Order: sequence, then C-alpha cells, then structure tokens
Amino acid sequence: MSITIEQRRQHRLTTIENSLARRHRQEKRFRFAGLAAVVIGLTLVTILFISILMRGVPAFWQSTLYPEIYFDPEVIQLDEKPERASGESQAAFDERYTQWLIQAGMVNWQSLIDRAMEEALGVEVEPRQLRDLRALVASDERFSLRDQFVENPSLLGQTVEVKMLAAADVDVWIKGNIDRSLPDSRQQLSAQTREWADRLYDENVIRNSFSTSLFLNTDSRSSPASAGLAGAFMGSLFMMLIVIVLSVPIGVASAIYLEEFAPKNRLTDLVEININNLAAVPSIVFGLLGASIFIGYLGLPLSAPLVGGLVLTLMTLPTIIIATRASLRSIPPSIRQAALGIGASRVQTVFHHVLPLALPGILTGSILGVAQALGETAPLLLIGMNAFVSNVPATPLDQSAALPVQIYLWQGNELRNFFEARTSAAIIVLLGLMLSLNALAIWLRKKFETRW
Amino acid sequence: MSNIALIATLLVIMALAYHLGLTRSRAVAAEHDVRMHSRPGYYGALVALWCGLPALALFILWSLLAPQLIDMLVVQQLPPELVAGMNEREMATLLRRITALANERNVAGGGSPEELAAAAHMARLQTFQNTTLIALMAVVAVVGLVLARRRVSPQWRARNHVEKVISIALASCSAIAIFTTVGIVLSMLGEALKFFSFISPAEFFFGTTWNPRFSTSGTDAQGEFGLLPLLWGTMMVSIIALLVAIPVGLMTAIYMAEYAPPWLRSVAKPIIEVLAGIPTIVYGFFALIVIGPFLSSLGDVVGINIRTTSALTAGLVMGIMIIPFVSSLSDDIITQVPKSLRDGALGLGATKSETIRQVVLPAALPGIVGAFLLAASRAIGETMIVVLAAGNNPVLHGNPFEAVSTITVTIVNQLTGDMDFASPQSLVAFALGLTLFVITLGLNVIALVVVRKYRQQYE
Amino acid sequence: MNTSTEPKTSPMVSVGAGESRTSKATDTVKMSAQNVKVFYGASQAINGIDLDVYENEVLAFIGPSGCGKSTFLRCLNRMNDTIDICRVEGKITLDDKDIYAPDRDVVLLRAQVGIVFQKPNPFPKSIYENIAYGPRLHGLAKRKAELDDIVESSLRRAGLWDEVKDRLDQPGTGLSGGQQQRLCIARTVAVSPDVILMDEPCSALDPIATAKVEQLIDELSESYTIVMVTHNMQQAARVADRTAFFHMGDLVEVDSTDEIFTNPQDQRTHDYITGRFG
Repeated sequence: MSITIEQRRQHRLTTIENSLARRHRQEKRFRFAGLAAVVIGLTLVTILFISILMRGVPAFWQSTLYPEIYFDPEVIQLDEKPERASGESQAAFDERYTQWLIQAGMVNWQSLIDRAMEEALGVEVEPRQLRDLRALVASDERFSLRDQFVENPSLLGQTVEVKMLAAADVDVWIKGNIDRSLPDSRQQLSAQTREWADRLYDENVIRNSFSTSLFLNTDSRSSPASAGLAGAFMGSLFMMLIVIVLSVPIGVASAIYLEEFAPKNRLTDLVEININNLAAVPSIVFGLLGASIFIGYLGLPLSAPLVGGLVLTLMTLPTIIIATRASLRSIPPSIRQAALGIGASRVQTVFHHVLPLALPGILTGSILGVAQALGETAPLLLIGMNAFVSNVPATPLDQSAALPVQIYLWQGNELRNFFEARTSAAIIVLLGLMLSLNALAIWLRKKFETRW
Repeated sequence: MSNIALIATLLVIMALAYHLGLTRSRAVAAEHDVRMHSRPGYYGALVALWCGLPALALFILWSLLAPQLIDMLVVQQLPPELVAGMNEREMATLLRRITALANERNVAGGGSPEELAAAAHMARLQTFQNTTLIALMAVVAVVGLVLARRRVSPQWRARNHVEKVISIALASCSAIAIFTTVGIVLSMLGEALKFFSFISPAEFFFGTTWNPRFSTSGTDAQGEFGLLPLLWGTMMVSIIALLVAIPVGLMTAIYMAEYAPPWLRSVAKPIIEVLAGIPTIVYGFFALIVIGPFLSSLGDVVGINIRTTSALTAGLVMGIMIIPFVSSLSDDIITQVPKSLRDGALGLGATKSETIRQVVLPAALPGIVGAFLLAASRAIGETMIVVLAAGNNPVLHGNPFEAVSTITVTIVNQLTGDMDFASPQSLVAFALGLTLFVITLGLNVIALVVVRKYRQQYE
Repeated sequence: MNTSTEPKTSPMVSVGAGESRTSKATDTVKMSAQNVKVFYGASQAINGIDLDVYENEVLAFIGPSGCGKSTFLRCLNRMNDTIDICRVEGKITLDDKDIYAPDRDVVLLRAQVGIVFQKPNPFPKSIYENIAYGPRLHGLAKRKAELDDIVESSLRRAGLWDEVKDRLDQPGTGLSGGQQQRLCIARTVAVSPDVILMDEPCSALDPIATAKVEQLIDELSESYTIVMVTHNMQQAARVADRTAFFHMGDLVEVDSTDEIFTNPQDQRTHDYITGRFG
C-alpha cells in the first residue's frame, strides 16, 4: 500500500517538475514585458525632451549685428526734447511731448541704419541693391533706434555701436537651418544678401548673442526676428494671479465645508460626484462656457487675461477641492476628537487643529493645480486669444496672449525654419516654469510628509 | 471716489469696528466682573461684520442697479429725433459714446452737441449717485457699528454668531462648484438649442457630411452639419491612443507595483507625475515636428502613404500622453488588492506572473476597467494634440494614415474668427461641445460607479 | 531531567477528559531546521533555531505574541521571500535537501509544503475554481473529469463537500468564516502537499468552526505532516503530538505535548503555561 502511495507521490512530483520549465519561461517573458513597457515609456519621453531641447536651445542665441551708427544731425532734424515747465499742466505737457514723439517718428532712421551697414560692408550700395541691404536687419530695429534716441537725445552727432537684431531669414541662413545648397529660387534671401551676411559674420559684425529679445520683446508680425514672449508672460502672469487669488481660497473653503461641516447625506454625495466629474470634463468645454457666459452674456472684453483667468479658475477649482479633501481626510479623526474633547467648537477644531496639519497637502495640491492651469491652451483659444497681440497688457482687461497660446501661434507661422526653433525655445521656457513648480510641490510634500 | 477706494475705506472702518468691539467687550467684562461668553476677538469680529456686511450688500446692489438706472434716465433726456429709428446696436453704441465722453475720454470724431449735453447730464448723475452711495454706506456702516457695539454683553454669544457666518461663507463657496456645472450645462444647452432651430437634431446627429459654409452673402445655404465624420475621427484617434496607452500603462503599473525594487519605484513615481503634467501643446508640437515626419518617412520605406498630419500621428502621441495617467491609476488599483490574496496564490506554488495574471488582475478588474474608461474620456476630450497633428479633414473614411477632424478640433475652428453668436456656424460649436460633454460625462460616471463598487469590495 | 520524588503532578493544562490522541507520527525526519536565524532589516527576529519535524506528526508552536512562531513557520515554505527586508540564514531541509539552496525551485517547494493562513483568504472566484486553481496550475489534472475528482475529494477531506456540493459555482467569499477556512484547507490539500503549515488557523473562527477544524487536523495527520502555530494552549494540548515553545526568537524547548504541559523543563515554559505571561 505504501509503495503505491510513494509511487503516486513521485509521479505527482514529476508532473509538477515537468511544468516548471514552461512556467518559469512565462514568468521571464512577463517580467520582461513589464520592464520593456517602462523602458518604452521613458524612451519616448526622453526623445520628446531631447528633440525639443535640440531645436530650442540654439534659439536662445540669435544672430545680432553690432554696427556703428552715426546719429547724423543732418538726418535727425528735431527740436529739443520737451521738458515740463513749472506751472504747466500735465495735459498740456503731454500734448507737447506727443507732438515731439510724432516728429521723432517721422525721422528717417532707416537711412542711418543703411549708412552704418554700408560702412560695415565697406561698399557703396546702389539704389537697386538697397532692398538686399535692408534685408539684413530686422525691420523693427528702426523703431528701436528711434526709442533709443528718444531716451537719450544727447546721442546727436555721436557714433555709437548699437546692438541690432539680424532679420529672421539671416539668422536661419547663418545658423545653417536652411539647406545652403538649395537653388536661388528656393532661398528666402537674395544671393547678394546672403553673401553680405556671410561676410559680416566672418568679420564678427554679426555675432550669436543671447537673445534677450525672446524675453523682453512682444510678439511681432512685421519683424519676426524681434518676436518675443514679453506680452505672453504678462498675460500668463495676470491669469495665474487671478487663478491663485480666486481658486485657492474658494477651493479650500469648499473642501473644508464639504469635508468637515456638511452633513453626510445624498446631497453631499451628489456634490462629490459632481466635483469629480468637473475635474474630468475636457478643458475645451470650459472654454465654451467662457465664450458664452463671460464674453457673450457678461460682455467682458475678448482675449483679456481676466476672462482667461476666470475660465482657468473654474477649471482648477475641482482639482484644488479634491486635493484639499484628500489632505483633510488623511488627518486621523483622533486629532479632531481630541480638540472637541477639550471643548473646542467645530470651527475652532477645523481652523486651529486640522487645517494647519493639512496645510502642506493643500499647498502641494494648489501648486500642482496652478501649474496645470499654466499650460492650458484650448480654453484660451476659444475666448479669443488666438489673435495676434503685439503689446504687453497693462491691466487684466487689455487684450493679451498667454505662453501656451503664443507657442500655438508661433508654430503656425510660415517662417517654419525660424519659428520652429523659436517655438521650441518658448516650450523650453514653459516647461522650465512648470517643472520648477512641480519640483517645488514635490519638495514641499517630501519635506512635510508625516506618517500617522 | 473710485470703487476700490470705497471698499478700502469700508475695510478700514471695519477694522476700527473690530477694535471698538474688542475694547468694549473687555470693558464690559471688567465693569461687571464676569466672564464673557466668547473671547474678545469674537466680539470685535461680530461688530465688524455688523458694520461691514450690510454696507457691502448695499454696495453690490447699488453697483448692479445704478448704471442701468443712469442709462435709462439719460436716454429719457435725449432729444427724440436723435433716437428715432435707432436699432438696439446703434443705441448701445450711442450710449457707449456718451459714457466715454462723460468719463473724459475721447471718441471718434469728437462728440456731437447732443452727445456732449447728454454726457454732461450723465456725468452729473454719476457724481450724484456716487455721493449718495458714499453717504448711504457711511450711514449704514456707522449705524451697524453703534448698534452692534451696544449689544456687547456677557450673554451675547459672539463666537456662535461669527462661526455661523463663517460656515455660511464656506457653504457658499462650495455652491460655486455646483453653479459651475449648472452654468456649463445651461449655457451650452441654450446655445445648442438655438443651433437646433437652424438645423434639425436628426440632421446633426446622423449627418455624414460636414461642410459649414461660412456664408458671406447671408442668404445661400447654411451648409451641412453632420456630426458623424467628426465623431468617427474622434473615435479613430482615441482608439489608436488607447491601443498605445493601455498595454504600456498597465504593464508599467504592474512592473512598478510587483517587480520593481524600492529605489526604482521612488525614482520613477515622481518622474511619471511630472510627465503627467506636461502641457498638451508640447505633445502637439512634438507630434507635428518629430513624429509626423518620422512616420511619413517610415511609410515611404514600407510603401504606405502616411501623411505627416494624420490620425495615426495624433493617436500615437496622444497615447504617449495618456500613459502616465493609465499607469498611475492602475498602480493605485493594483496596490489596493490585499496581500493576503497574493499570499494565498503564492502559497499554492504559483509564480509571480501567474499570481498577477490569474488572481490579482481579475480581482482588480473593475477598478482597471474604470481606469480605462477614464483614459478613454481623456482621449476623447483632448484638443491641442489633434489641432496640431491630426490635420483637418472632416470626411468619413477609414484610413488612419490620412488626416481626420475630431469634435474638439472643429469646435476650435468654428469659434475662432468672427464670434457671431447668431449664426449657425458659431452655434454649432456649442452643439458639438454639448455632445462632447455628454459623452465624457457618461464615461466618467460609469467609471466612477464601477470603481466605487470595486472599492466597497475591500473596505 | 526531573528527579523529583514527588508523585507525578497532574497536567497543568487540562486536556479534555476521555480524549486520547493516537499519534500517527513516524520516525522519519521530514523537515529539519539547523541554526536558522531570521532578520527583518537590522533587527533579529529568530536566534538560531534547531528543530526536527517528523513525518505525519502534528507539531504545535506555542508562545507569547511576537515571539517569532509565525515568522519561523513561514520560513518552512519560504513565504518570507515575499517580504523584501526579511533575510534568512541557516539551513532548512525537506527530505534532506536544503530548501534555501540556490538551485531549489520555490514553486516546487510550495507545492510540497502548503500553508493555511490565519485569516481565511479564498480567491474571489467560485468554490470550484478556488479548489481547482492549484491542480490546474501545476498540471495535475489532464482532463475535466480528473479535476472534478480532485475537487470533490479535497472538499470531502476538508469536510465541506456536503455543505457546498450543490453550489460549487457560487463565489468562495460568500461562505461563512469557518467554511471559508475549510475551503482554504481544501484548496491546500488539492495540491497534495507533503507538509501543511497552519498559521493560527482557528483564531478568526467561532468555537463550533474551531472544533470542526481541529477534528480535520486530526484526520489530515494520517496523510500529511502538520505544523501549526497556535495561541491557544488548550488547542495544542488537544491536537498536537509534540509542542514547541518559542520565546523572544528562541526555541526554548520541544517535547511531546504531554511532557510539555505536565513537566516543562525550562522555567520560561513553566511560567507561560501557568499563565504568568500571555
């Protein structure tokens, strides 16, 4: 009898052993698949970052000219810059100053630039070559020159080295972003301009300088090389301020009410489902809401940071509410019971005991919410921010752009070669901001992590 | 006095009221040698509230009503010949001009004598209402302050009242979240209904052609507004995205939860969180600049014609974007499966993969299905990636290598440009938005219900 | 050895009157532990234990909470491998082969040494599937009919067949606590292990279910070697052939159950069984 049992036992063991090889192979394959998934994900993201960095980093340095400009008194026929006389009213002075500015605007600054370029090249330019000459410098630079003079009229008669941006096509040519072997008909610049550009580069009159214009200028259609993010920065800044000022207090207050004070019934259940749904609603729907209510019904100005801020606030509200509630929930009931036990009221328990402990989590959630709002584009497009805006908004009611919208506008520009790099640079700026915010949130969370 | 200055002054008075209330409560306590019900600060706060809130309410009411009242009065005063025959828009323009003149701003072409006269009248009215407002608010604030201060007594339960006010304030904040949803639904519903007065719902929901001619002449055909090509485009892109995101995301989650050493987990988790935060426009740009041309040249090598902007391009990159989302949701769900279940399987001699595939995943299935539904909802509602990388081709076709249009792209196209809220071309955006909202809402609700039911299993 | 001339003292722990277990243990050593140490991270939980387990015996581990009995039990089928910070040193053999040897397959080991946990943990599958899982995993049944046989015989052995034979497709989680635990025992038995480990199998059960499980243990010891951890001294006295007393990570003494409870050699054992500490 026992022999048979032993035989059966051995038979069983052998059967199991036979299946082992296959099962272990399965195990290896499964584990490999998991690792492969992780590697694939990381690789794709690395490719994304590297391709953007590779395209964008060069755009932080831009071809800049350093010609010597002679502020010829013959060309600059201007009165003295007006000074405010004692007893003169502000309105009257403004009048005079404006008149002077208009005069200044009518001066032929372009000719000064042309002269300087001729000098730098060491050639006499014929009238038919003027166009080629002017193609070297960004077309808005004549306005910068005017502004420079208006700032400092004592420049009259002097010869100064002035920093000027090269035209976008020149930048593309010099950086080699366009195939040099392409025939003339496919090139953006004339052969003459290209030859001059190369010469100036060799003579170090054109240098690759850090493009502060990217950060300090506003967007520009007429002079692509001068296009910058300043307007978009201010727009985004206004919007983020509005988001922080509105959604954080309201969101935290709502969460406190829902978590600590509201009775636990069907109604509050419904509210919770409602908020969870809002958090998952596509952002473009909020844009529609903004378009129909804020712009259509309330008549707020189109493309204003105020409207953008309001829309983004509504979008960020559910995120902050959910994060705050999670943070409040993570605090064990014993804390509340202890406070109530010594006679604190509900409100006192929440504000003196629970809230301070939940603060790190709330802070982290709010920072992440704001970071998310910073990158949103679709709802802003719907409230009119898809238009070209060339000035820095002074108030939240002025028309403006925002960082992500600016990226969207630039990527659609016909000057693909130039703007691909510039868009990538703008993306690097945006990602830099967002990554810092995320890092701040993660650091805060690590620092204040308490285990109950 | 400007509004901001007015509010600021009110706040200062409230601060004063707080101080008065506080000192008064201390004085009363000392005088009668009793314990007050609440700490002095609460009395101060209550007095400040009595002072400030009525005045604030008055301010808000006034600010809403006064401008309309003034406009009415000014219009009444206008000479009849001027206003006869003006339609609504012209009236509005006229009022705007008068308002600008009254505020000493310039208007185009200077103001006509009638406008100037009306402007002067309006300016006087404005000054009058401003002065009245200031006076009224001052009175209300002071009266409130005095009355409240009088009531300071040991029995007065200041803290309770203050806390009541706080709790009402908190509750109203939560109401805002609800109003948002209501607002979304109502506004879109309203505009969508207006749209359906132009185009019948059947034509919209079942139409197979999308060609909204922007009629410049105004009288010819409004164009065709069939949803199906857009719906199909959305589905195509979303399906491709999910085909990428779900396997990669799920396997990543499984590996992280079950196989990865702790150091890898602590490094990878923050990275995944950061990835989830990359703005979609960055993905869209990446798709356009890198993936599109890559797929196109890949297609050339293989012999298929893949467009640089196509459903495949957009779907692929959208999938990449959703991977962190799927991964972190699945990770939460898998780690929630109790260890006892795993131990039971391992104790019987199962390998790790067998435990995961045959015990853990089936147990976690409802939660994972919920995660997939949420991912689908995310994919369907995504805008910027498709705007940049899917092309613009609202035609019903089955070729993922061609460009498509999705619902989200069309909304953007229809509403950018001239925002004329009366034409079907703009209104259709709201009908589309409503459709999108309903679809994503449906998916979200199902997902939440499924996940909730699953959580109950383990609580 | 106790050389007292006093008459033999009555058992310090009462065994139920009229109960006498007949041990089915043989002399063969089924599993043997030699100088086994267990560490959780830096702290040591088990301090060098030597212990033999005889074939077909019922061996009980007793001792106060936190003394390491469960930890040591789990070493016997390498369940501690699932805990990252746990480290095992020393030698444990099954049929004279070291189970911690690098070429030893854990999967095979666990098919030979099964385990039943403190809290019943049936899979969220049907009753049939719960039992069938193990055999299917290891390929022990080629056809459905064979699988049916295994399921039925396992449920019979666990004394659960009559109660569930009409509802085999119902979820295992729908059974009562006692039934679930017997289901888990049936599940373990279905794989026909040589040794069954039980980690406080009755602590989550009511007295009636406990009695049923204890009876089951007695029946099972005919075919299997059973090592069980128990908190309940009376239970050890009822079911175990030999009892081992653990204290603070040490194996204090191991002897036949009668001897331990009537004539403990070590003072600590004496103190524990007289209730000096819990």
